[in-house]
Amino acid sequence: MADTMQFHLVSPERQLASLAVAEIQMPGADGDLTAMPGHAPLITTLRPGVVRVKGPEGEAAFLVTGGFAEIGADTASVLAELAKPVADASAADLDPLIEATTATATEASGAARDRADKQLADLKALRDMVAG
Amino acid sequence: MASLKDLKNRISSVKSTRKITKAMQMVAAAKLRRAQEAAEMSRPYTERFNAVIAKLAASVGDAENAPPLLAGTGSDNVHLLVVMTAERGLCGGFNANIAKLAKAEASKLAAEGKTVKIITVGKKGRDAMKRDYGDLFIDHVDLSEVKRVGFGDAQAIAANVLERFDAGEFDVAKIFFSRFENVVSQIPTMQQVIPAEVGDEAAADADSFYDYEPDETEILSELLPRGVATQIFSALLENGASEQGARMSAMDNATRNAGEMIDKLTIEYNRSRQAVITNELIEIISGAEAL
Repeated sequence: MADTMQFHLVSPERQLASLAVAEIQMPGADGDLTAMPGHAPLITTLRPGVVRVKGPEGEAAFLVTGGFAEIGADTASVLAELAKPVADASAADLDPLIEATTATATEASGAARDRADKQLADLKALRDMVAG
Repeated sequence: MASLKDLKNRISSVKSTRKITKAMQMVAAAKLRRAQEAAEMSRPYTERFNAVIAKLAASVGDAENAPPLLAGTGSDNVHLLVVMTAERGLCGGFNANIAKLAKAEASKLAAEGKTVKIITVGKKGRDAMKRDYGDLFIDHVDLSEVKRVGFGDAQAIAANVLERFDAGEFDVAKIFFSRFENVVSQIPTMQQVIPAEVGDEAAADADSFYDYEPDETEILSELLPRGVATQIFSALLENGASEQGARMSAMDNATRNAGEMIDKLTIEYNRSRQAVITNELIEIISGAEAL
């Protein structure tokens, strides 16, 4: 078994990263998870958070605002709508999104409301992390 | 016959037209390169996205609880046509070809007794369709302020479409755009986005079993709306590249035509100039002989 897997981070507008890594941490919708080479095939949605990769080429961290990930034994792809290296990210990137989600949360009701509230909490936590 | 002065004026006016078309061609060439790059950069996302959707759709199959974005509403009486064209003209048959395809589809659907609704993106498409189908317009998206199409623009269009779908305003949605083949050929294309059409690659991949977290239907219901945005986004990018490609070749033709016209006018100008000189000589000579 190889000790690295190919990691792709793509957003609709461009491919942000494609590197060989040994380990990927990502914020799955049902909880954080770490994928290593030889992982069972998995498709999961992501909540807003930080994707961290570790590999022979060093470490990298990317801010994602949601999307999904496809993990196989030797490849992992994260498809995110908005993704940025954490170092370049600022609270201003998230503010419009937080505003939009707040609006949805106040309008929605029932399950949709819960989902929007959760999304909002995740976004706010992420914003605090970036700002702090 | 036109006087020498008239000819001179014509020549200089055609020359300045040629300068303009030449400049437009070069601008289009530069923009085309950028548009092509943008289209290429978005390809990895689109390809992976479609592959995942195909896998998911294959594993959900024809289950009863498949989301309506995939399975459809069960009827196909109301069709929504999203016609995407450019905001500007002077790009050959680009806008007209898309509008023609959309019109053909609209009249075909109307002949089958279906209800047609139209959303136009881009001013030129709206103008081209207004005369025949103006009463079917339900909305118009203006992108004239947008310098560079981003995913946000596509998301806004998708949100608009999805809201109408959720409200039950239509059963089937199709987008019309131009696929960029190369500079001289752009292919007007119709693509169905709702219900989602899933490619055949699913069958080839069916032997790898994926775990899903949360379960398939939940992921699908989250991904399908994004799929609509993704498809619209890649259509917008293809359209952008096609528009510039079409403009480039149209302007290339225009520049060449202007050049030919200048040559013809110059020959005519020189001939009449010579005729005038010959006339003057004859007058002088016959005047001298008469003395």
